[in-house]
Amino acid sequence: MDTAYLIETIIKVVVVLLIFSALAGIGTYFERKVLAFMQRRLGPMNVGPYGLLQVAADGIKLFTKEDIIPTNVVARIFKIAPVITAATAFMAAAAIPFLPQFTLFGYTVHPIVADINIGILYILGIMGVGLYGPLLGGMASANKFSLLSAARGAAVFISYEVITGLSILAPIMMVGSLSLIDFNEYQAGGIGDWIIWSQPVAFILFWIAAFAETGRTPFHLIANDHEIIDGFGTEYSGMRWGLFFIGEYANMFFISFVIPLLFLGGYGDGSLLGALGLLAKMAFFFFFFLWTRAAWPDVRPDQLMWLCWKVLMPIAVINVVITGLVMMF
Amino acid sequence: MNNEQFNNRNVSENAYYLVDIEDYPTDGWGKFKRVLKRTFRGELFVGLWVVLREMIKFDIHTIQYPQEKMPIGPRYRAVHEMKRLWESGTERCIGCGLCEKICISDCIRMDTKIDENSRKEVSEYSINLGRCIFCGYCAEVCPELAITHGGRYENGSEQREHFVMYEDMLTPIDQLKAGNQLEFDGFGAITPHEDERVKKTPLAY
Repeated sequence: MDTAYLIETIIKVVVVLLIFSALAGIGTYFERKVLAFMQRRLGPMNVGPYGLLQVAADGIKLFTKEDIIPTNVVARIFKIAPVITAATAFMAAAAIPFLPQFTLFGYTVHPIVADINIGILYILGIMGVGLYGPLLGGMASANKFSLLSAARGAAVFISYEVITGLSILAPIMMVGSLSLIDFNEYQAGGIGDWIIWSQPVAFILFWIAAFAETGRTPFHLIANDHEIIDGFGTEYSGMRWGLFFIGEYANMFFISFVIPLLFLGGYGDGSLLGALGLLAKMAFFFFFFLWTRAAWPDVRPDQLMWLCWKVLMPIAVINVVITGLVMMF
Repeated sequence: MNNEQFNNRNVSENAYYLVDIEDYPTDGWGKFKRVLKRTFRGELFVGLWVVLREMIKFDIHTIQYPQEKMPIGPRYRAVHEMKRLWESGTERCIGCGLCEKICISDCIRMDTKIDENSRKEVSEYSINLGRCIFCGYCAEVCPELAITHGGRYENGSEQREHFVMYEDMLTPIDQLKAGNQLEFDGFGAITPHEDERVKKTPLAY
């Protein structure tokens, strides 16, 4: 491993970390604004022009708040849990190509931290590890609502890992690779080549499961405000809670990148238009997360499990079988 | 939709109707059909469209409070105002003590004395707004329309004592001279055209 590669990778890691930490903050601003507009409100307006500096104010608040470790919590696990959430969210970003490769000052940049040939498996695995943040945080909190949230988190994440895995199996069979770059090359021919046309069922299943994986509104049971307060985050304060938050929003951004890369042609042929297209698709999927939050009610936990095991999983299995049969004959 | 529709409480005459709820399915096939029906009826997209429509219409109902305020009705009962006489500019309060007597939360306190012209003068007057329930009895009972309720509803201070300042409630003398004292038409005020409605007291029994 030569030094240039090492330096390049470190720079990429830092850039991804910085951009997506900042985006997580701006994401909260967008969420508040979009939700407000959809509910005929104005949202944050007072800090800075149109409330733009609200993000900075929130950041200052989170950083300067006292870091409270309540009595009776398992302090070590309690402290490490938010770090797991944030860290796994960013680790998953390592295998995502955010843009097509471009040339900067005569140097070809691949905007992917590591083009490993098991990319999508790695992303799903690391997002699965992200379960330990809510689980450990909730169990260590000495709070019954946190404990409930941890149990729900474990159930939801593990159940919907099955859906993501099975739904994505069919496209993987077609592409014959787990690398997201190979996925992109497979669909590089234009809109007609997008996997969504051949795998619409897998697309919808993966999209539904993405809501469960990120814990967003129709499946927002892990930290459901109106019944279990803030769930695993109840006992947290200051930046530890902020890490949970950053993890959640970073996850939303990354899954919004993964869905278009898998099903909607990614950055296409790698031109500037393709790159902008990927960003636009990502923006749409991120917007959709906010949109559903304004429009849809939450489901009950038992309905969520029912949906997973009795509806989505059989459909995913049938989809895999049919794809296999079509590919065989 | 106007208010009359709501004022008519006779339910049977209105357009009220029972929502048609179909029976819940009991067998598995019925449940399955219901799931299919609900899945493909697209109600989720109706919800999405409704919120998106509101976002595009951008019909914002927020009032940015410290900069913008809702108009409040003239009969609103907020912080009291003490009026002055138009002609002389002296306080209208004659120190009769009726408001102190009628105050059901015991928050009005006044001291009076005889001044050098042998007139009754109010030397101390305070309303403890921390206790006041803004019932309006004081304004209703006042024979001189001296104490009324105003529209100032923003109380904020570091000390409770600041809420009882008589000087804050009294119309400033320069405002009076500028003709800015609002004659009260709110709670306890004389209703318009009162003269025409007054009947002679029947004396002959």
